[in-house]
Amino acid sequence: MAPSPARTPDARLTAALVAAKVTGMAIRRLGRGGGTAAPGLIAERIDPNLLGKIARRLPAGTVVVAGTNGKTTISRMLADILRAHGLRVAHNRSGSNLVRGVTSALAGHASLSGSPRADIGVIESDEAAFPEIVRRLNPSVVLLNNLFRDQLDRYGELDTVAALWQSALRRLPAETTVVVNVDDPTLAAITEGIAARRVTFGLDDANPVYLLDQIPHAADAKTCRRCGSDLRYDRLYSAHLGAWRCPQCGAARPPLDLAGVAIALDGVEALSLDVARPREARDALPLHIAIPGLYNAYNAVAAAAVATTLGIPDETIAEALRGYRSAFGRVERVTYRGHPLTLALVKNPVGFNETLRMLTIATDGLIVPALIAINDLAADGRDVSWLWDVDFEMLDRGAAPLFTTGIRGAEMANRLKYAGVSPERITLLPEDLAAGLDAFVTALAEGAPGYVLLTYTALLGLRQALADRGAVAQFWEQ
Amino acid sequence: MKLTIGWLYAAKMNIYGDRGNVIALRRRAEWRGIPVDVREIGVGEPIPADVDLFFWGGGQDQEQDTVSRDLQGGKGDALRAAVDDGAALLAVCGGYQLLGHEYRPHDAEPQLGIGLFDATSVAGPERFIGNVVVDSQWGELVGFENHSGLTTLGPGMEPMGHVRIGRGNNGRDGTEGAIYKNAVGCYLHGSLLPKNPVLADWLVARALARRHGSVELVPLGDTVEQTAHRSAVDRAVLTR
Repeated sequence: MAPSPARTPDARLTAALVAAKVTGMAIRRLGRGGGTAAPGLIAERIDPNLLGKIARRLPAGTVVVAGTNGKTTISRMLADILRAHGLRVAHNRSGSNLVRGVTSALAGHASLSGSPRADIGVIESDEAAFPEIVRRLNPSVVLLNNLFRDQLDRYGELDTVAALWQSALRRLPAETTVVVNVDDPTLAAITEGIAARRVTFGLDDANPVYLLDQIPHAADAKTCRRCGSDLRYDRLYSAHLGAWRCPQCGAARPPLDLAGVAIALDGVEALSLDVARPREARDALPLHIAIPGLYNAYNAVAAAAVATTLGIPDETIAEALRGYRSAFGRVERVTYRGHPLTLALVKNPVGFNETLRMLTIATDGLIVPALIAINDLAADGRDVSWLWDVDFEMLDRGAAPLFTTGIRGAEMANRLKYAGVSPERITLLPEDLAAGLDAFVTALAEGAPGYVLLTYTALLGLRQALADRGAVAQFWEQ
Repeated sequence: MKLTIGWLYAAKMNIYGDRGNVIALRRRAEWRGIPVDVREIGVGEPIPADVDLFFWGGGQDQEQDTVSRDLQGGKGDALRAAVDDGAALLAVCGGYQLLGHEYRPHDAEPQLGIGLFDATSVAGPERFIGNVVVDSQWGELVGFENHSGLTTLGPGMEPMGHVRIGRGNNGRDGTEGAIYKNAVGCYLHGSLLPKNPVLADWLVARALARRHGSVELVPLGDTVEQTAHRSAVDRAVLTR
């Protein structure tokens, strides 16, 4: 990692960076939020090449992390690992993952002359912005975690996104490494035959507890991208992720360079697994992380795969992940009025299914009361139809009561009724999140725990309500 | 008495929560003690003779193309004959378009429909996305539209209703959807039937009547449904 060569001053770049910094400070001082997007928007107006200019000056390059689900968690895990290795990391931490958010983040990590005060960039990318972010950053590593149906009103159909990603991936040079979850048949297909080096990962655990009998309704990639036949799964872990093969043309999941094995889930608390490297003569890398759920096993293997690719020693990876703390709202714990609450962000059918599975996998149905808060603002998706693609039917077992709130709390209550949850378990609370939260907590037995599942803006609203009551810090302060 | 639901192209055309309609039909029959059998009818599979009620959802363009070809010839004829004989049907979005004469995409070959509805659809310049409230023979219906296809009804073709909020068939003439006998086509996702139980029950009653004569459905406690309906209408008013 040689220091970048001295460069001639770039007046346009400096002007753009000054503007970004002033805007960011002004927004935070006015208390108008974290200032995560506007500085980038303004800086970009002044110097449209700002992103590429700063990225080129990062000695260890950048890692771009993409996927419908898990990208924020993986980016944060990776940033922790790289910091533990002694690197300074430029990271769009607050989840602002459009081009302007990435620009704000990198501008915030650069001096006014454009020299980065970081060694490496870890950039989480929005699905739609992925081609543009990759084109501008020219990353050293690209991580692809999964591709699911998500906000069709915003991103368009899945095939459209896959085609855009594929053409972006085909333009990558041989020096780039693409780390890809090949348990996802779509990602395996679009990374086939690219010039960049491909490193594959997935799960390889035969424990029946983690296997699904049939592909859930919300899965998208059910057919072979080569011949169109229905895929078969020797092991199906989640949505359309697993050890897949096509009985017709013989296409199959490629061999794994890194495989998650010996997975052990500890309720909503933690998970552990080993990362095997079957194609190398290396010991498995044992990981233990204080976040729950099978989907986080994928996220952990993904982060470890990128770190391994970057040459980070196993002990550093294991140590950093052991100390990992959950990202904003993706399963975090707060105590409110004496009740331990577990908060989880839900944003699309696959993610919601996995969250429900996590809450019920060990207990044969739900045993802790849950509050579900559904909004339909732009960032949530204005169309709540997706709730009908989530398998709430798995909540029909268990006796714990379910409460709904948010702008579309009434739709959610109706969804639960049609999922077969008995009516006496369902309560529609006021739409206002603060009122809904208080009513929920009041209904809990003294000191009893609760789960709170929320869409994006509902989470923002609820955190504001909690912050007003002194229960949590606001997210950009984390 | 049993209700047999034929779910057309369930595997290929089921976006935007359209399966909620099948869930609603099943539950509302079962809550009344009527057993339900749901049969998925895929590409290459014939139309079963004993289906009382068909459902057909929306899909992505490429899948819609495959389905359009599958319906040409005997299969389309069988579906039309079943509806002519009194079978009930609900089709949403892509399914609705292919029940008309044809759907013409932007830069691809037209997809032929089966002409059950006297209607033609063509890809338009903008996408209609948003909450919709429709005044219909079942009263007020509420759903969510998300389509770029513009549908024009032929003369004498009865619309499902008229949009109070939203764009409807084509954004011009105020119509939404189409009705022919016991078949209803429309652009309303949402899902539609769970929060418009009057329409769900009409479909169930018509479907059963074909084999069992006039059927009186026992009323259900619909407070949760009506609350969801009202809240969706309020939301449509606020976001219009």
